[in-house]
Amino acid sequence: MLGQATLSAPCKQRRPDLALSADLTLRSESGTTAWRFLVPLFLFGLLVAVFVVGLGKDPTLVPSPLVGKPAPEFTLPRLDDPARTFGRKDLLGKTSLVNVWGTWCSGCRQEHETLLTLARDSGIAIFGINWKDDQQLAREWLQSLGNPYVAVGVDQEGRTAIDWGVYGAPETFLIGPDGTVLYKHIAPMTLDVWRTEFLPRIAAVGAEP
Amino acid sequence: MGVLCLIILALGPRPSVAMDADPKLSDPVLQETYERLTHEVRCLVCQNQTIADSSAPLAADLRSEIRKMLAAGSSETEVKTFLLDRYGDYVLYKPRFRASTAMLWLAPLLLLLVGGIALRRIIQRRADLPVPADDDEGSPPAAPSRS
Repeated sequence: MLGQATLSAPCKQRRPDLALSADLTLRSESGTTAWRFLVPLFLFGLLVAVFVVGLGKDPTLVPSPLVGKPAPEFTLPRLDDPARTFGRKDLLGKTSLVNVWGTWCSGCRQEHETLLTLARDSGIAIFGINWKDDQQLAREWLQSLGNPYVAVGVDQEGRTAIDWGVYGAPETFLIGPDGTVLYKHIAPMTLDVWRTEFLPRIAAVGAEP
Repeated sequence: MGVLCLIILALGPRPSVAMDADPKLSDPVLQETYERLTHEVRCLVCQNQTIADSSAPLAADLRSEIRKMLAAGSSETEVKTFLLDRYGDYVLYKPRFRASTAMLWLAPLLLLLVGGIALRRIIQRRADLPVPADDDEGSPPAAPSRS
């Protein structure tokens, strides 16, 4: 034991460079310690932020490339009178809504009250596109629940719906007086959505609904 | 062995369930284009299926529309533009490179770059560290002889 102690003491004295370099290594490590924790923590925080934002988003809502562009050209036979047509020209000259619906769509039933309220109270012209539906059922639906539409076009084949980029019902488009698509709402229409999304956009184009 | 089998199964060609009951296009080249296209187009109703795999009515409508367009002489690019104009970039499983999709395409490269730089720095720092001289310190003395 004694021999060991006497041996190591002169050893350290002989090699001071070793002690110094060890000290340096220690110091530089403690200098980067903060970074070693902060960088991964920051990256982790970033990842969490991305996930939190992503979780809050509804992946079924796909932004429409039609917004800001002219509404597509179409001509459809009317539900109330197949001899007459409803087409793009009917949308011009006023701000209007184009609502894609079907009697097979539960969301359409859900929003029907809202559409009736809007047609009555806001005065905006609401047009309907009856999408891949049974026409008899559609007529009965409007008779029993009330008809908020100025005109309804029948899209039996779904060809017009493709041109409008429709991928589910209900969808509601806001059309400006010049025929430009101003906004597209996917999901049932509510008065809340009307106030927060539609009214400001109607005001922006300077048209009274 | 079981794991290997699973890997082979996962890598192998998967049987695709064709929802497409329509007759084939008369031109085999067009039919091939049609099949390739329908496997690249997302069904927006069911999002994680192509329109070739989806039984949604909209997928059937889009398939018939693509078939009509090809039969009428539209090119593959024209069909894609047709779909993009209506449904946006999300409709293609391989979206175009644009400002809005740049992150999607560049993120893997950026991450690889960042990882590579980090790895390089770590390796360099390790290489620069003095080799610990532990030849006679730290290690327990080998059976001290008491002679």
